[in-house]
Amino acid sequence: MENLEQLVQDGLSAVESADSLQALDQIRVEYLGKKGVITQQAKTLGKLSAEERPAAGQKINEAKGQVEQAINARRNDLERAAIEQKLASESIDVTLPGRGQDLGGLHPVTRTLQRIEHFFARAGYTVEQGPEIEDDYHNFEALNIPGHHPARAMHDTFYFNPGTLLRTHTSPVQIRTMEAGKPPFRMICPGRVYRCDSDMTHTPMFHQVEGLLVEKNVSFADLKSTVEEFLRVFFERDLQVRFRPSYFPFTEPSAEVDIEWGREADGSIKWLEVMGCGMVHPKVFEYCGIDAEEYRGFAFGLGVERLAMLRYGVNDLRMFFENDLRFLRQFR
Amino acid sequence: MKFSEQWLREWVNPQIDTQELMDQITMAGLEVDGFEPVAGQFSGVIVGEVQSVQPHPDADKLRVCQVSDGSSEVQVVCGAPNVREGMKVPFAVVGAVLPGDFKIKKAKLRGQPSEGMLCSESELGLSENHDGLMELPADAPVGKDVADYLKLNDVTIDVDLTPNRADCLSIKGIAREVGVLNSMLFNSPAIEPVDSVHSEVPDIRVEAPAGCPRYLGRILRNVNLQAESPLWMQEKLRRSGIRSIDAAVDVTNYVMLELGQPMHAFDRDEIHGGIVVRMARIGEKLVLLDGQEVELTQGTLVIADHEKPIAIAGVMGGEHSGVSPKTRDLVLESAYFDPITLAGKARHYGLHTDASHRFERGVDYKLARDAMERATSLLMDIVGGEPGEIVEVASDEDMPRDRVVDLRAGRLNDVLGMEIDRTTVEEILTRLGLRVEKLLKNGWRVSVPSFRPDISIEEDLIEEVGRIYGYNNLPVTEPNGSLGLRPEEEAVRPVSAIRNFFVDHGYQEAVTYSFVDPKVQQLVDPDRQGIALANPISSDLSVMRTSLWSGLLKTVAYNQNRQQPRIRLFETGLRFLQEGERIDQQPMLAGVVVGNQFPENWANGRRTADFFDVKGDLESLFRLLGIEIRFVGSQHPALHPGQTAELMRDGEHVGWLGTLHPQVQKNLELNGTILMFELFLNSIVTGYVPNFKEISKFPEVRRDLAIIIGSEVAFADVERVARKHAGEQLTALRAFDVYEGESLGEGNRSLALSLFWQHPERTLNEDEVHSLFNGVIDALKEELGATLRS
Repeated sequence: MENLEQLVQDGLSAVESADSLQALDQIRVEYLGKKGVITQQAKTLGKLSAEERPAAGQKINEAKGQVEQAINARRNDLERAAIEQKLASESIDVTLPGRGQDLGGLHPVTRTLQRIEHFFARAGYTVEQGPEIEDDYHNFEALNIPGHHPARAMHDTFYFNPGTLLRTHTSPVQIRTMEAGKPPFRMICPGRVYRCDSDMTHTPMFHQVEGLLVEKNVSFADLKSTVEEFLRVFFERDLQVRFRPSYFPFTEPSAEVDIEWGREADGSIKWLEVMGCGMVHPKVFEYCGIDAEEYRGFAFGLGVERLAMLRYGVNDLRMFFENDLRFLRQFR
Repeated sequence: MKFSEQWLREWVNPQIDTQELMDQITMAGLEVDGFEPVAGQFSGVIVGEVQSVQPHPDADKLRVCQVSDGSSEVQVVCGAPNVREGMKVPFAVVGAVLPGDFKIKKAKLRGQPSEGMLCSESELGLSENHDGLMELPADAPVGKDVADYLKLNDVTIDVDLTPNRADCLSIKGIAREVGVLNSMLFNSPAIEPVDSVHSEVPDIRVEAPAGCPRYLGRILRNVNLQAESPLWMQEKLRRSGIRSIDAAVDVTNYVMLELGQPMHAFDRDEIHGGIVVRMARIGEKLVLLDGQEVELTQGTLVIADHEKPIAIAGVMGGEHSGVSPKTRDLVLESAYFDPITLAGKARHYGLHTDASHRFERGVDYKLARDAMERATSLLMDIVGGEPGEIVEVASDEDMPRDRVVDLRAGRLNDVLGMEIDRTTVEEILTRLGLRVEKLLKNGWRVSVPSFRPDISIEEDLIEEVGRIYGYNNLPVTEPNGSLGLRPEEEAVRPVSAIRNFFVDHGYQEAVTYSFVDPKVQQLVDPDRQGIALANPISSDLSVMRTSLWSGLLKTVAYNQNRQQPRIRLFETGLRFLQEGERIDQQPMLAGVVVGNQFPENWANGRRTADFFDVKGDLESLFRLLGIEIRFVGSQHPALHPGQTAELMRDGEHVGWLGTLHPQVQKNLELNGTILMFELFLNSIVTGYVPNFKEISKFPEVRRDLAIIIGSEVAFADVERVARKHAGEQLTALRAFDVYEGESLGEGNRSLALSLFWQHPERTLNEDEVHSLFNGVIDALKEELGATLRS
């Protein structure tokens, strides 16, 4: 039985020095396999007396257990080392840029339009579209701008022929919407408009959003809240808004809307004109077959590029239509 | 309209400073565009009198002058050509500071001592005029501070008037507004009829009373037009942006600025026979005061004599009949011309005058006589002369109607959103010159004065009350109506979803002009004629686009010229087609791709984007939209003949995808392989609402095959045949390899396909699959001439 102890000692040291899982497995076979040297010791039990046998058997089991435990421990170590080595070999430079497609971006006009549309959609306005090649009737006449009207001079109109033109504003969509439906109305119309004018501060095409609300009981005070709330939400600031009497043939009373935009040198508020608005002119209702005694309405219009310029600090209107990628990428 | 603040304050002078005054009228709807001081900033300039003028001994162009400052005489060297003895001029004494911080010091000019400087208008910042010294009136008090003497503590205020406010195109009109805003009365000059001293009257015939409902004429004999307008008048005109010409023109301009009535003065000797107000006859010509000759067109109202036109009514007088220093007798005109008759006429002749601006917007139709009297008396003060009777020709039936408008208190409250008390309303109306004729049970009956042609309905009165009360004093309330929620179609994807799809796939949105260069359009869409603008801004923006490609390709060029090799753009918007009489305005979605498929970096490689990259993007889009689109090989004049697909949905054309034709690309001077697509938005936005199907619990079976087939056979045909024979349980068919090579023989290619089967209710057995698979193979062999690749 001294031999057994020796075998255990040999086994343990063999385990200790095993440097791979295969080597370890060989050792397991050599010592603990069916023909392993420690397993074979069980054959010696037959030579012992019945009294001696249990103790000797137990010793052999203990010896097996000892070596087996060592093998397991060693296996764990070797496995862990193998994983670590694999991980080390798999390490990457995580600071290198990723693979795949770049992101594009929305045009700043669209981005601005979406914010505007979103605001009004939440307030129950529908989004309407209309033709860009318009007829004189919808662009002017039905908006109370007859042929001789001086306000026509305020619109430098692109014509195809005397009765057909590029819409100079999105207001004709008011008319088309009212013609096609029955009050009440809450709608906005975003879109391209055209004026025959091109210089530092004018492009021959730009975008407007027209808004119209027609209900039985609506007042200038309601218009004020709608416009003020919109401007504050749009600019995400509690800015001051003022309404300045103005003139549009299709609204009466009419107002231009200024917002507080910084300070003048003397500390007074610097005002900036951003929108036009007013109560729908009874003449316009008449053209659309709506009883101006029963319904009232307000309308407003705003220049999208102007709001985008203020919002994003763009200083040249013309950049919106050059589509320079270095410009466009700034808005994604 | 520009005006002098001082002049306004002669009429109405509230105790507020300039800034407050400007804020006040801006907030009343007369938007102040800007203001500027009427003179530069200077000090130490007095009225000097030139006592003597001697030549400079050493300089031809300089003179040595002795100038009196009221107490003593100093020597000043002066270079102005108009300096002369006895002249009174602005004299900047030593120590004076002129505009631009220019300090006057003792100096020697070419050896001659000079103590001070004699000034021109431009040196004092009064005007651009630097031709010579500014001459002050002979009675100017020597030694007096020039700034005080000329009352230069004044500003020119420029108001940008809306076209409805014709009444404010005068000092009187603005004074009325300021009076209302400050609850003050305004002063106006007393206008008395001038007694006639002879019986000569102009012969006036109005043949076009609709265009000229009122015409007044008066003869002023024996005037002296050598006499200059007084300095105060010249200064008021200058500060209102009008140059002094001569006494007759100055006075008519003065009255126009003061009261708002444009007038004209003719030389009586140049009027043959008498005055006729009529429409122009075709072919008639007239040389205008500005020297240009115009051919008059139909519909133009003219003032004529018995031989020819002598003025375009309400626009500009003729050169020939105008006054000159030699004129002895004047005929003064003061008239009311109909705005509609005059509308656009000035513009038609390329003109815009102070008179046409006012007549087009509507002059007070009862003002002509007062203006005539005012002008006569002002003129006589300057040029003397003998006035005759005024002749007035008026047509009552063509005259604008006097209007009476009812204002209901209830309506006023409803529209403005608040109740304004009755006395406030009445005070506002009255101060505006709107007479309350009668108190109604629930409102007012208001008569509208002739100077407010813009007021004709109740809303106009409501605006006046709201405007003067102050829009910003009105309440702010939320609209309380409710429209209920509108239905939203789930199957229809919003365009914003499509935009976001492209953004996520690396496309940048562009917004290009709807009008394009016809040359570019001809290249991308040669079969169509774009609708041409009658008045384009330039030739390269002169026709409406028939495809969004024109603008996108220009954008590619723009960016390629700015070192942007990788460009992926999309745009949505209308295209415009002339279809017989009708104009079709179709919403489109288009895109272009050029350069590497992926942004260049260590991992992405440098593969150039090709047809199948863009096709893949579109296929993803169609999956997003829930629609099935077939790509059919086709031809398009702008696209590569071998790389063009027509996109079909349920047999209907919905768009194009292809590579730009190399010849078109060359003509447009573009680089790289350019992929383009364009789709009808309306044809693709409607997909379907998902409908759940049971998920099969049974295994899926896959079989692969490789065939060799003629290259001309489209994959779509292979797929069609395969599907036809693969049975109902086929769940997918994929091409996993496409190969062309010499080993396959000329004109052949190899296609490797995998087919997937799955039954919803049971496991497919080997025999079933085998027989379906063999059926597919046989069909491909028989129908398409494929051979199985071993």
